[in-house]
Amino acid sequence: MKPGTKGQAGVSRRTVLKGAAAAIAGFPAIVSAQPVTLRYLGTAVNQSKEIAQKVKADLGLVIEYIPVTTDEVAKRIITQPNSFDVVDAEYFQLRKLIPSGNLLGMDARRIKYADKITPVFTKGQVAGKTIGDQGTAPKKVFYLEGPTSTKFAAAPTQWITLIPTVYNADTLGIRPDLIKRPIGSWAELLNGEFKGKAAILNIPSIGIMDAAMVVESLGAYKYRDKGNMTKPEIDLTIKTLIDAKKAGQFRAFWKDFNESVNLMASGEVVIQSMWSPAVTKVRSMGVPCIYQPLKEGYRAWAAGFGLPKTLTGKKLDASYEFINWFLSGWAGAFLNRQGYYSAVLETAKANMEPYEWAYWMEGKPAEKDIKAPDGTLLEKAGTVRDGGSYEARMGAVACWNAVMDENDYMVRKWNEFIAA
Amino acid sequence: MERVHRRLSQLITPAAAPYWQVAPLAGVFAVFFLLPLAITVAVSFWRYTEYSMIPALVGDNYASVFAGCLAELPALCVTFKTYVSTLKFCVLVWLVTLVLGFTVAYFLAFHVRSLTWQTVLFLLCTIPFWTSNVIRMISWVPLLGRNGLVNTVLVASGAVPAPLEWLLFSDFAVVLAFVHLYTMFMIVPIFNSMSRIDRALLEASRDAGASAWQTVWNVVVPLSKPGLVIGSIFVVTLVMGDYVTIGVMGGQQIASVGKIIQVELSYLQFPLAAANAVILLGAVLAIICTMTRLVDLRREL
Repeated sequence: MKPGTKGQAGVSRRTVLKGAAAAIAGFPAIVSAQPVTLRYLGTAVNQSKEIAQKVKADLGLVIEYIPVTTDEVAKRIITQPNSFDVVDAEYFQLRKLIPSGNLLGMDARRIKYADKITPVFTKGQVAGKTIGDQGTAPKKVFYLEGPTSTKFAAAPTQWITLIPTVYNADTLGIRPDLIKRPIGSWAELLNGEFKGKAAILNIPSIGIMDAAMVVESLGAYKYRDKGNMTKPEIDLTIKTLIDAKKAGQFRAFWKDFNESVNLMASGEVVIQSMWSPAVTKVRSMGVPCIYQPLKEGYRAWAAGFGLPKTLTGKKLDASYEFINWFLSGWAGAFLNRQGYYSAVLETAKANMEPYEWAYWMEGKPAEKDIKAPDGTLLEKAGTVRDGGSYEARMGAVACWNAVMDENDYMVRKWNEFIAA
Repeated sequence: MERVHRRLSQLITPAAAPYWQVAPLAGVFAVFFLLPLAITVAVSFWRYTEYSMIPALVGDNYASVFAGCLAELPALCVTFKTYVSTLKFCVLVWLVTLVLGFTVAYFLAFHVRSLTWQTVLFLLCTIPFWTSNVIRMISWVPLLGRNGLVNTVLVASGAVPAPLEWLLFSDFAVVLAFVHLYTMFMIVPIFNSMSRIDRALLEASRDAGASAWQTVWNVVVPLSKPGLVIGSIFVVTLVMGDYVTIGVMGGQQIASVGKIIQVELSYLQFPLAAANAVILLGAVLAIICTMTRLVDLRREL
């Protein structure tokens, strides 16, 4: 408190209070002791309580999660870019997000592990081998021409669109106990043998790519790019789906993670497009379920951190600090243990037990029981991960989740399929 | 001060009083109903790209909704097919809830004499609303599924040789879930109308020699008309706009207008979604107008 204000004759109580308030505001130390809060927009997938707690302990940053659906993430970035400080978005969405000009090109020099990020993102390679890049492969949308540019750069630059958080390779989930024979191809999804017992997901841009994998493996058509179809290609794919639907192939379509778990666990469906953690969940219910590797390969997806263009000062620094922490290993190990893959493999490896790394990343039989981060038993000792090692799974990626040029048309045709 | 008082007393003349009384509600209506509605209508004429909306006055969105509808006749285009499907559910659900709702309300109003029991039974009717929408619908799966309770009993008792597939993810399942959810919306207004019927009229009817059925048909039904219409409006509007129930119970395989709007919103096609919403609103208003034409609600109430 300013010494002068106190005890002056004729000063009313109100002026003293005012003086005190001004004095408090004049102490910068008190203000900066307040922890910085980062509003983290994303789907619930990465928003674990454990990560927020660890960030608080390590960096003193408060993470405030805003969990919404994937679609809602895009909607928020475009319509309310000031409502978050860090966003966890998917790479395929970038083709509509970046032109809006609301995301910042992130400065690679401020990302400590920028040159350690797996080549899946920077070059589209796994272990030196180029993987499938149909659809919106991350390497196509990884760099910007400048920090405020709305154009993707063809060659690597200093400006990164999203710093990868998690990615994975998706395939079909099956019930081996009910199918009772090996499944090896996407074509099996439309095999008449599973009439009334198949399902696909009702998210148009992803569902149509699963359908395209089926069409190709049936030998009906070879796409130039499954993630960017022409109108006749969309017509053909949707027609295949409509024919299958009319023949009663599908038991249901699902949109929600829990719906897919429910369909599989109850036995309503024996083969369907699925997400990795959903398979884990079905298995943890004691129901046999396999995330079946298929000869045509996987449909991959990837998500990463982006920053709104309006972010400045302390919040911007804190966001970079948080992202650097995320790549430094603890979070990567946490995600790898859930069956996802992390962006910087070396740091994650250093944070995992050797037997864990061998099971999750090298495709070796588990030496000990494999536990989830919360301690629940996932797999007994001796089990091998479906699809095997990181190189086997990510190396067999055929296409990536995408937004097509003909997106409007595709959505319209998809509605036609649902109405058929 | 005195001048202010005089001003006020000029404003609040007996003639102006009703307008002041209606002002708060009118204000709320204007801000939270009329304004958003006006914006929706305006946006439905805008242009859009993947990431932006462009103010304009074009009919493109409406043209897109009805694309190919004339050319494909007599086959139905997606929009017509979707509306036909939604209307079919509307009619089915309306008929079932009307009969059920009337029966339950009749029982509550005329057979249950004590107020306590009426309250208890009313509370029982609200049980479907005690859990969340999603949980409620997901719990139908273990009941109606291929390996569900109903099928297990049917197969075990030898009533059917193989599990019935149409119990779940079918039109039947959708109607069942709707009826389960919305019968309550019929019961309440019908009960309300019935409880206002003068019991002397029923006695008079019997004294005049009417059978029980004749009394119901000629006395109770006409006097319950406002309740029947209000309940019908509830049910029809709820079914027309629903996409969650149709989605879950239909296994996402059945189209609904609401679902189309939701998909368009998720792809940031706001103007197109707005156009669809305006068309849906028009359709629902048309149905409600027809119903209120049948019964003059204002007079009856």
